[in-house]
Amino acid sequence: MTKNPTKLKGAQILLECLHREKVKVIFGYPGGSVLDVYNSLYDSDLQHILVRHEQAAVHAADGYARVTGDVGVCLVTSGPGATNTVTGLATAYMDSIPIVVFTGQVPTMLIGNDAFQEADIVGISRPCTKHNYLVKTVAELPRIIKEAFYIARSGRPGPVLVDLPKDIIGAEIDFEYPEKTDMRSYRPTYKGNRRQIIRAVDELAKSKKPVIYAGGGVVLSNASHELGLFARSFQIPVTTTLMGMGCYPGTDSLSLGMLGMHGTYRANMAVTNCDLLIAVGARFDDRVTGDLNTFAAGATVIHIDIDPTSISKNIKVSIPIVGDAREILKEIIEVAGEKKVKKADRKVWLDEIADWKHKHSMDYQMDEVIKPQYVVEKIYELTKGKAIITTEVGQNQMWAAQYYLFDEPRRFLTSGGLGTMGYGFPAAIGAQVANPKATVIDIAGDGSIQMNIQELATAVQYGLPVKIAILNNMCLGMVRQWQQLFYKKRYSHSTFARHPDFVKLAEAYGAVGLRAEKPGEVVSVIKKALAVKDRPVIMDFVVDPEECVYPMVPAGAPISNMILL
Amino acid sequence: MRHTISVLVDNRPGVLSRIAGLFSGRGFNIESLSVNETLDPTMSQMTIVTRGDDRILEQINKQLNKLIDIIKVVDYESSGSDFIERELALIKVNVDEHKRSEVLSIIDIFRCKVVDVSRTHYTVEVTGDENKIQAIIDLFRPLGIKELIRSGKAAMLRENKIKG
Repeated sequence: MTKNPTKLKGAQILLECLHREKVKVIFGYPGGSVLDVYNSLYDSDLQHILVRHEQAAVHAADGYARVTGDVGVCLVTSGPGATNTVTGLATAYMDSIPIVVFTGQVPTMLIGNDAFQEADIVGISRPCTKHNYLVKTVAELPRIIKEAFYIARSGRPGPVLVDLPKDIIGAEIDFEYPEKTDMRSYRPTYKGNRRQIIRAVDELAKSKKPVIYAGGGVVLSNASHELGLFARSFQIPVTTTLMGMGCYPGTDSLSLGMLGMHGTYRANMAVTNCDLLIAVGARFDDRVTGDLNTFAAGATVIHIDIDPTSISKNIKVSIPIVGDAREILKEIIEVAGEKKVKKADRKVWLDEIADWKHKHSMDYQMDEVIKPQYVVEKIYELTKGKAIITTEVGQNQMWAAQYYLFDEPRRFLTSGGLGTMGYGFPAAIGAQVANPKATVIDIAGDGSIQMNIQELATAVQYGLPVKIAILNNMCLGMVRQWQQLFYKKRYSHSTFARHPDFVKLAEAYGAVGLRAEKPGEVVSVIKKALAVKDRPVIMDFVVDPEECVYPMVPAGAPISNMILL
Repeated sequence: MRHTISVLVDNRPGVLSRIAGLFSGRGFNIESLSVNETLDPTMSQMTIVTRGDDRILEQINKQLNKLIDIIKVVDYESSGSDFIERELALIKVNVDEHKRSEVLSIIDIFRCKVVDVSRTHYTVEVTGDENKIQAIIDLFRPLGIKELIRSGKAAMLRENKIKG
């Protein structure tokens, strides 16, 4: 491509724009409507990962975005290629992950004619994207791509879809990439309201029992450092949501672990009994709050969030502060300094929390059979807490969150909002592509892993050493758990009569397959897996099928109402 | 409580569908809707009438603002300012010999217009607030309404009388 390109085809413009946006890799799958783009890709040095199903392309781009903080990019064809991206888009939308998905579309003239491989993907994806576009002329293509990336990564991030009719990507124009975007209808707020910040600091100065409740927004705004500074300066204990894992060090003495339905006893008790709840980049999800009336009922609530719709949606907030978490935390620390807020003595409060921790810490009973928690614990030990962990959804996800402590953000990739089974493995592929040398482990269930198992072929093709730890209990563990606890043990269609032999399956794909059937074999299997550097590994852990995730708060109950082990 | 919300949007295809989708997807209710271009043809003005408690209205306002194509949202009730609200109705009413004079007197009283005439029916155009439209419908109903079309509401803030 020349330095000052004159006439370019839409397809070339797309690649040139990706280059300008510093995109290094795209995840995709070709098809009729995007052949022009693939033809241009043939001469490009842009890395393209050929997945085996379009859903995986989106999850991989999402995983890539979560670990790097950059925008993940996908390219798929029209019709089924486009509709296969929907679950990935909805997953990224719920978790506010910046991705841009380019879909092929039938030629403009045929749109609306029920043409071959036509789907109204702009209509279909409208409620599960932050924004989407149908490109109608090649002239607007550069501006739309610029806007798509800007929208995806700014404000509360999210997925953007750009639909590209075949004739548009074949048409030629003089290419010029806009230097910046100016959208009169989209101007996110970053700076917090000064008066609200002062009020927040005043509340903090009064508080005897404060708790920070930190969510995915802290990760997204790269505010971990500021959060740490804030929490330590004022000795405020921190609980994180599933999405906030690692935004505050899990091994730190002020860390309460996760809160909510499967949160720690001390986190849920601390939130229930606190007098000041400082929510940062969290959205009071029902899995976090349980019964809204008893959630932090005696507390003044400060809510810092970039998205005004998150504020006072579920819980009445006393001090809302709209803006970027990092900016606002910085300013709170500054204002507290100016007002000479004393570094409070929190001994009484922290002792109370220590008592809760002592009373009920995360625990499980060892047995003759492998306990799934034990597997996660050993993975944690053997990777020294430094691995990038992805999860599927269900028990595997909760045990990973409970037993793997994250000291850094962007290390725990999980579908928190949508709860997408089949997310973890393709997300791990995306994370591994971004960090070829990192240890990336998908903690999976025997149900979830089969939802995108075909991606073994992708991982093998690109020599990606992703590790998959299947906590194999021969059932849909979380469904089974709910049936056990709330449906009188009527295990309706939640147990599997047969599985493929996962070891042989791995080998058939050209991956490594390992199995552990006794607790004594767990460590050696993990060690063997970690030694593999050139291809994916499946570890099939045959675990206790009866094991449940505890603590557990029944849906809609107060979070202090925990079923403990 | 009922709220009249004025929404200024980028005049682009799909905007209406984004707004309609937002309302249906989040379980909000649209009672009435009108939309047309503004003086600046790159923008459209919508008037949405909806119903809900304070918490729901706060969400509606915020969620509308969050949509990328939306430039400005004003909830007239919450703004506390006085505003004008009008809708238009076309009413096809029976006018056999015995009823014609009664129809004409109603038309006169309400200062509306007959826009189409046939031997059996008058088509009456009426604009006004909801109460006026409802009143004329109630008066015409016993005479026989063949067809009725009502537009969505259009609303506009009154100029501040003191400051002029």
